[in-house]
Amino acid sequence: MNTGTLINGLITGIIFGFLLQKGRVVRYDKQMGALRLKDMTILKFFFSAILTGMVGVQVLHMMGIAKPLILPANIGANIIGGLTFGLGWSIVGYCPGTSLGALGEGRTDAFWGILGMLFGAAAFAEIYPKFETSILTWGREGSITLPEVMGVNPWVVIIVFIGVGLALFRFLEKKGL
Amino acid sequence: METTDNKAWSPYVAGSLTGLVIIVSAWIAGNYFGASTCFVRVSGFIEQLFSPSKVATMDYFKWFGPKVDWQVMMVLGILIGAFISSLADGSFKVKAVPDMWAERFGPSPVKRSAFAFLGGIILMFGARMAGGCPSGYGLGAMVQLAVSGLIVVMCFFAGGIAFAQIIYRGGGNK
Repeated sequence: MNTGTLINGLITGIIFGFLLQKGRVVRYDKQMGALRLKDMTILKFFFSAILTGMVGVQVLHMMGIAKPLILPANIGANIIGGLTFGLGWSIVGYCPGTSLGALGEGRTDAFWGILGMLFGAAAFAEIYPKFETSILTWGREGSITLPEVMGVNPWVVIIVFIGVGLALFRFLEKKGL
Repeated sequence: METTDNKAWSPYVAGSLTGLVIIVSAWIAGNYFGASTCFVRVSGFIEQLFSPSKVATMDYFKWFGPKVDWQVMMVLGILIGAFISSLADGSFKVKAVPDMWAERFGPSPVKRSAFAFLGGIILMFGARMAGGCPSGYGLGAMVQLAVSGLIVVMCFFAGGIAFAQIIYRGGGNK
């Protein structure tokens, strides 16, 4: 790992943290506001980033400038892990990335959340061998993408995502969320 | 609760700019966003201080070993970026108990810290089981149209929303 890569990571993180804080998505009240369906600020931020990123990253993939790196679908673990995450998220009120941002804007409870997350990571590492032969083998489909599974052009999927995203944004603004 | 906050940017603007950062980092560094793997690396690093021989034999740390990589620096950068931004617009505030929490569960910092710690454990355990967090699966995998990204992000929100309804039932109407 060379120094250039590390500096690149740091700069990327600083800009990301700046934008997260400016969008006011790092704090507990905003995260829980979304989970309680009362304030959808984080959802607007999250999907704006995803929709924008989708278009650019697809262009990079097609031009061969950036290599795809697709996290594999392990459907059993994806679902059980995702729901477990949801339980923890509803208690701590920060996700791993935003917890650092919340600490950065002075929210000291995020420190305890981060400490818990480190314990959680260590605990998972401890139990991992047991899961490796059980849950992690359920529904192992490999690095599949939506266009592959549906047998369509990637841009069709992107256009659908954008359509659904814009409709969602419109709905949220209408409802004043 | 928050009153008017005219220093905040629209989440659409800040989010779209984040999308541009995602594109640039895929382009220049060949890296996609993620945050939870570095918690594994740092936890391995800390554990190594106490029992290096044990960490060396653990399978999971063979995959995600204790080392400083692009993502560790990126996540560290989030802390610095949020610090700079909040200082610059005056929204930096040392606060141990969030308003919404206090309204429902009371002002005790000890209680809030204990639950933040507990929630953090459960959250990260789930994230590693799933294989990542909202950064990795949303901003990293969904932008690449991965099936895993869509499934996991839906489960994050489904779980989070369901449990939040239970936790906040009967209180905190704001």
